[in-house]
Amino acid sequence: MNIDSIKNGIVIDHITAGKALEIYNFLGLEALSCSVAIIKNAPSKKLGKKDIIKIDSDFDVDIDILAYIDPDATVNIIKDSKLVEKKKLKLPEKITNVIKCKNPRCITTTEQELPHIFKLTDKQNRIYRCVYCESKAK
Amino acid sequence: MKSVINILDLSVEELQKLIDTANDIIKNPTKYSEICKGKKLATLFFEPSTRTRLSFEAAMYELGGNVLSMSDAGTSSAAKGESVADTAKVISCYADIIAMRHPKEGAPLVAAMNADIPVINAGDGGHNHPTQTLADLLTIYREKGGFDNLTVGFCGDLKFGRTVHSLIEALSRYKNIKFVLISPEELKLPSYIKKDIIQKNNFEYLQTTDLQSVMPELDILYMTRVQRERFFNEADYLRLKDSYILTPEKLQNAKKDLSILHPLPRVNEISVAIDKDERACYFKQVLYGKYMRMALILMLLEVL
Repeated sequence: MNIDSIKNGIVIDHITAGKALEIYNFLGLEALSCSVAIIKNAPSKKLGKKDIIKIDSDFDVDIDILAYIDPDATVNIIKDSKLVEKKKLKLPEKITNVIKCKNPRCITTTEQELPHIFKLTDKQNRIYRCVYCESKAK
Repeated sequence: MKSVINILDLSVEELQKLIDTANDIIKNPTKYSEICKGKKLATLFFEPSTRTRLSFEAAMYELGGNVLSMSDAGTSSAAKGESVADTAKVISCYADIIAMRHPKEGAPLVAAMNADIPVINAGDGGHNHPTQTLADLLTIYREKGGFDNLTVGFCGDLKFGRTVHSLIEALSRYKNIKFVLISPEELKLPSYIKKDIIQKNNFEYLQTTDLQSVMPELDILYMTRVQRERFFNEADYLRLKDSYILTPEKLQNAKKDLSILHPLPRVNEISVAIDKDERACYFKQVLYGKYMRMALILMLLEVL
């Protein structure tokens, strides 16, 4: 399968197979007017299979959101058809308004305007907890 | 400016400073009787809690300060839909410090994030109640002279009891404590507390359903109430309820210097006959709670 290479833009590579659509939605890529390619189940030496997203514009990817959803993904910045930067992701210490607290007793359920903030409390097991009620992110 | 939302907001050094201050207040109450003159504590209680509110108010009065009280959420601005953040900003214009109880978990943190004055969490739903833990800690300290090398038994509802979770967290910062967890299967300590606090810090622990068998080992026995509504069926409740009621007979093989604590209110889990036993510390614990609240107010107002 051939997809044109991009001149100026971003390639999100090494996405865990099956997560591309989730990332597409979380990053709000549907709002872009440029070409966006989602490649699912591409062969990968390291992972067996992987997903890839190619964005044909200088889109400012929210690295924190991406790292939260799939910390093993990589972000390649392409300028004049050349790879100029390869960003490795690391789990963000804090994420704001990416996910919502599901605890019905949490203050965020009654005070709608509060930001939903989660803190990384266990790096090894990738556990985030709500800063208000300390419930685990689901 | 510091607020106290969780017991872990206080370092071990700060806890020791609070204990030292509380002990000094007990010894020299007159030295502190005017120390907060001109200062105002706002008690914002969005759900009923007579004893905690009165303890905070008594604490502030004994420091010579004044109290602004909002005890009935039904007639307050909250009933008109004001946010916790706005309430905190408004009260910051009137008072010097806030003690807040709220049914929603995290509400006092929201207040602390928005107030210009220190906020003390006086209980947020089933989540945190740090000043109860301060009362527990001062009681243990005064009874045992410290926290290291103690065998501490927790008995009753260890699943939903927030005071149990907080005290385990607080004690996990001391050395060589053995935790004895006594509860019915249905009300066992949540595994994340066992894993993240007790096992992670390499504390010795024992889980059992039998209070009687572990009684001789205990230096501290922290009792909690086994509530009927926590059981899925009535038969299980009836089968288990009496196993966790402390009676003079059950204390027969206990240490002579055991200290029995309870966050109160009790229903029937400690027999009234035990109240006269020297080992019963739960009413002293209430008094110590007031002294620790006094010490905390002084620390947060930076009066000392």
